[in-house]
Amino acid sequence: MSGDKINDRILGVDRLTMRFGGIVAVQDLSFAAERKKITALIGPNGAGKTTVFNCITGFYKPSGGSIRLTHDDGRTIALERLNDFRIAKQAKVARTFQNIRLFPGMTALENLMVAQHNALMRASGFTFLGLVGAPVYRDAEKHAIDLATDWLRRVHLLDRADDAAGNLAYGDQRRLEIARAMCTEPALLCLDEPAAGLNARESAALSELLLSIRDELGTSILLIEHDMSVVMEISDHIVVMDHGVKIAQGTPREVRDDPKVIAAYLGTDEDEAAAVMEGGT
Amino acid sequence: MTAPPTMTAKPATGISSLLKTAFINALVALVLFSLMVGIRTEAGPDGQLTYWTRFGELASLVAIVFGGSIVIELLRLWMGPAGTEKLVPPAVQSGLSFVGRYLAPALLIFTLLVPVIFYNQRYILDLAILVLTYVMLGWGLNVVVGLAGLLDLGYVAFYAVGAYSYGLLATNFGWSFWICLPLAGILAAFWGVLLGFPVLRLRGDYLAIVTLAFGEIIRLVIINWQSLTGGPNGVSGIPRPTFFGIPLDNSDDGLAAKLGIEYSSTHRIVFLFYLILALALLTNWVTIRLRRLPIGRAWEALREDEVACRALGINTTTTKLTAFATGAMFGGFAGAFFATRQGFISPESFTFQESALVLAIVVLGGMGSQLGVALAALAMIGGFELFRGLETYRMLVFGMAMVLIMIWRPRGLIGHRAPTVYLTKAQAISSDLVKEGHG
Repeated sequence: MSGDKINDRILGVDRLTMRFGGIVAVQDLSFAAERKKITALIGPNGAGKTTVFNCITGFYKPSGGSIRLTHDDGRTIALERLNDFRIAKQAKVARTFQNIRLFPGMTALENLMVAQHNALMRASGFTFLGLVGAPVYRDAEKHAIDLATDWLRRVHLLDRADDAAGNLAYGDQRRLEIARAMCTEPALLCLDEPAAGLNARESAALSELLLSIRDELGTSILLIEHDMSVVMEISDHIVVMDHGVKIAQGTPREVRDDPKVIAAYLGTDEDEAAAVMEGGT
Repeated sequence: MTAPPTMTAKPATGISSLLKTAFINALVALVLFSLMVGIRTEAGPDGQLTYWTRFGELASLVAIVFGGSIVIELLRLWMGPAGTEKLVPPAVQSGLSFVGRYLAPALLIFTLLVPVIFYNQRYILDLAILVLTYVMLGWGLNVVVGLAGLLDLGYVAFYAVGAYSYGLLATNFGWSFWICLPLAGILAAFWGVLLGFPVLRLRGDYLAIVTLAFGEIIRLVIINWQSLTGGPNGVSGIPRPTFFGIPLDNSDDGLAAKLGIEYSSTHRIVFLFYLILALALLTNWVTIRLRRLPIGRAWEALREDEVACRALGINTTTTKLTAFATGAMFGGFAGAFFATRQGFISPESFTFQESALVLAIVVLGGMGSQLGVALAALAMIGGFELFRGLETYRMLVFGMAMVLIMIWRPRGLIGHRAPTVYLTKAQAISSDLVKEGHG
């Protein structure tokens, strides 16, 4: 099965279209994300990257096209038919947000416990077993705390476990949000600009964290990012968007040298960009 | 009115600006009161306008404003720049934390002893029962407003459902209080879910308006469905509670006769007191347990950020509905108790005013804080009675007290949040970080 070409893709986006009234935010976008790989979605501001993310994670219902998620066991789920929380619960797609969305009034540990809601809910017999203090639930809670502790250690926040998430430094909040998403034990982790607002050292630490998630846990990652040092360093595959359509894809090296990509980022015509490049090299 | 922040650094300019502020305040008072107090007009015997001046009163009022603003400014200087933490000196703060640690157990022990201490004071016992009823209602609403962050202005509807459930089941079928109590809770919870469904998509103000309307709908249905509820006449002759089947009266089967002691009407009051205390403590216990369970954490997470909850796979629909149902259930219990205590219920007991009062208790207490809600209920219900001697000024004094408390502690008496789980040390979370919920 693992040799099967189709099964190597965890996510297949096919002719995805998203319209808001008369505005077409994403048009006929097709790309695939490979299993246990890091796929980056890049493009200038307003290219429609976050819209794609919102379609994949169920916050928008696509106007057209299909989004298929294939689990390790070969089970395929049509994400465009699931809504809202079911994408995270059943399809195991976790996401972070461009503007951090932690639970600021809850501690770092509590944030990670909330992420394990569905597992704990089952263990607590939908509250009734938990209310009477059944041992089943106590074991499950201990296990959940262990998992949370493990993640706090991974993101170097173990000593801040009992601090309110809103009190953490910006970079810490970014890492905590990733840890929280990972506590849902996702098959696909979607990160919306995880390096935004981080300094060079924090970005490097982030790259390291993402690589360890891919290599040690085998979680597939899809990320939107503007920080090219992060994108070029960790991505296995890059999809470039501009004005709602895909303009290029390939390995970091291929994308970097693509005149269309440079044109999109510089806001110039393709021929002009090619001329600039030729002149430069 | 506001003192410049540089005042603490430069006391020399402080005094002059202090006097200036006081002078301006006095001037404003003079302008305002010169017509309101200084000149008194009245219609004379022939219909002409007569007037006379009261400069003495005017002068004393202006002097009070002048002196008062100096005192307030001095207090501000002494306390430093505004900020809830800095307002309280450290010595007082450590004292407060000491009090805070032992306040809840001390209050509980005192409450348990109230019928012993005040056995012969019927008025205080009745008041204590009333306060405890509101403590229970406050704790019930706290689940919805404080934990889940859903502003519910129609909580009295569930109180009414509970009261009428017991009242009607007991008078029509003769069912005992102990069977009807859980039924009242279940019925109220059912109505809670029913309210929950249409308002799931609403947030903030819109949610508040719909819940408000829901409370009114229930009341209007009760008024107009005369064949069932008796309409404005209410339901009377609701049976008093029994001590698990043994009536608390002076008959031969009564508890007093069985125990071989002399009958006293206070027995029933004391029994009612312990009944509502037990119900309130049950509410408290369940709420504290629920907070530490995944459902309780999901409620609080929902209050903090609903979008993030959905991204984590939390079913926000069922989470909201369980919050409504749980809160409503406790409201239903309290309603059943109310019915059995009064022996008579009518729609007049379930007006919007009750909802507002319970909500005020929750907000004043500090949303989400169990102890805060209990203290607020004591202050709101007990305090209101305390000011009875002031007669017409009662509302004024009470309103002023509430305004002052909200200035002093904008997030309620107990504003900080205790974490539900910790690795090394449970640290209270400052109210600045905790969200109030958007509906």
